Amino acid sequence: MKQKGSKIFVYSCIAPALLLFAVFMIYPTISVFRMSLYEWGGLSARRTFVGLKNFKVLLDDRFFLRSFQNTVLIITLVTIITLSIAIIFAYILIRERIKGENFFRVVFYIPNILSIAVIAAVFSAIYAPDQGLINGLGRLLNPDTWVNIQFLGNPRLVVYSVIGAMVWQAIGYYMVMYMASMGSIPTHLYEAAQIEGANRVRQFVDITLPLIWETVRTTLVFFIISSINISFLLVNVLTGGGPNGASEVFLSYLYRQAYNNASYGYGMAIGVVVFLFSFALAGLVSLVTKRDVVQY
Amino acid sequence: MNTQRALYRERFAKAIIYILLIALAISIIVPLFWVFSASIKENSEFYGNPWSLPKGLHWQNYRDAIRKARLGEYFFNSVFVTALSLTLLIAVAVPCAYVLARFNFKGRKIVNLLFMAGLFVNVNYIVVPIFLMLLGWNDIAWEILGRGIFLDNLVVLSVVYASTNLPFTIYLLSNYFRTLSRSFEEAAYIDGASHFKTMLHVMVPMAKPSIITVILFNFLAFWNEYIIALTLMPGPRKTLPVGLVNLNQAQRAAADYGPLYTGLVIVMLPVLILYIMTQKRLTQGMTIGGIKE
Repeated sequence: MKQKGSKIFVYSCIAPALLLFAVFMIYPTISVFRMSLYEWGGLSARRTFVGLKNFKVLLDDRFFLRSFQNTVLIITLVTIITLSIAIIFAYILIRERIKGENFFRVVFYIPNILSIAVIAAVFSAIYAPDQGLINGLGRLLNPDTWVNIQFLGNPRLVVYSVIGAMVWQAIGYYMVMYMASMGSIPTHLYEAAQIEGANRVRQFVDITLPLIWETVRTTLVFFIISSINISFLLVNVLTGGGPNGASEVFLSYLYRQAYNNASYGYGMAIGVVVFLFSFALAGLVSLVTKRDVVQY
Repeated sequence: MNTQRALYRERFAKAIIYILLIALAISIIVPLFWVFSASIKENSEFYGNPWSLPKGLHWQNYRDAIRKARLGEYFFNSVFVTALSLTLLIAVAVPCAYVLARFNFKGRKIVNLLFMAGLFVNVNYIVVPIFLMLLGWNDIAWEILGRGIFLDNLVVLSVVYASTNLPFTIYLLSNYFRTLSRSFEEAAYIDGASHFKTMLHVMVPMAKPSIITVILFNFLAFWNEYIIALTLMPGPRKTLPVGLVNLNQAQRAAADYGPLYTGLVIVMLPVLILYIMTQKRLTQGMTIGGIKE
């Protein structure tokens, strides 16, 4: 478009956004990488360039390895469980004539709109030992023999408790994604399959799954990125990484090192590793799940 | 005989399906309903079984939460931050998205690329560098003004919120602008309207559906945001989610549970009401944008 004053208009429209973006996103992102090469402790301005030393320390850090294990476990389990439940429910709501279909769709999505602070508070009420909903129900059903389950206090159990909350939070979101994708599959395909005598499961495996495969692949990348982020927020509020580091995940450990422990350089080195790890994993998953796109 | 069996199988499958649906719905509704019922329980009731219903309406919890636990104040902080960040974000993102979608200019490719890359930078990674940057600015402010102004500042928090949500907002809006026909703008130019007038009076009204979607999503993001607010507001002034988490820890230690659940209701209720009112638009918008925190 050629008109007088175009240039001034264009640049004055771009400039504010670009400025804010540069100051609050580009610069901090570069900082993460730069700071990971420094030893920078405490609020003093003293920084020493140490090269890759932070990364070497990281490899021997027992707590970091623990957070690594936990994160991988969380990504794997949350993805598998949420994906299967969300896909099954999406299929049911799209394909079956359900009374109150709209009600179920609306209710299933609710956890996704709640603040992580709310979800954490709700789950600390669910998991609490004496006043908790699960333990309370157990005592109601088995008054004599019930022993409280320490959902957040038992170091072996705590990661699974976090996973439970994450699945609860995510199902509705992914279900809506899959529903949108399944909704665009023409019904005559199913009708043809029905005439051939294919049952529900058969139709799902042979028609639905291949046709929504691209959406599934996209959501797999979402699962990786969001598991890393949501597990951080949830762990931060629900368990504080405890007991004794048992539920620490990548970014919660970063945050604790940087913000609470004031080891900024070390914290940022963790950030760099996590950043690269998530990209590599997303790339790998996307490569492994690549299929010829089926069209209808 | 065979059709009879098929009918039974069909009924059995349907029953299983309904059981599954209802089980999942219960797992979501019951905890939320329980929070509402716990918010009007007296403290002594928390020592009984958690599944018992409240004995009466103990509204005192609400008074305690709003005054003593300062949730009333936090509520207004949250309203202020959410409103200011939304205004800022829309004012900055709409012109930028429009220009990126419509004009050819030097550096357009690189600007586009930068914002696209920004989609992959999650704020959880950069919250500490942002904090340190503001801390550094505070040192300068100390020398000039004699006090730090960049931390514990609701306006700064809003600016950070708006800035970190720019890439996603611009991405969504400029995609929408691209779908609009150019003939409207051309007509406006022939009538002698300036670029600015055309954008404001012709294009923005046409982009209203996508602007509303963007406002909805960002409202939820800002209202619910926790980690940036926690990091950039270390002082006594807080937003609701941070206040809620503090309350959660404090009340559990003090074994004073009522106000905690009242706090939860206060954070949850506006979002739930908004969601019920706009759920169609929200879930449709989500599948267009493919958004995930």
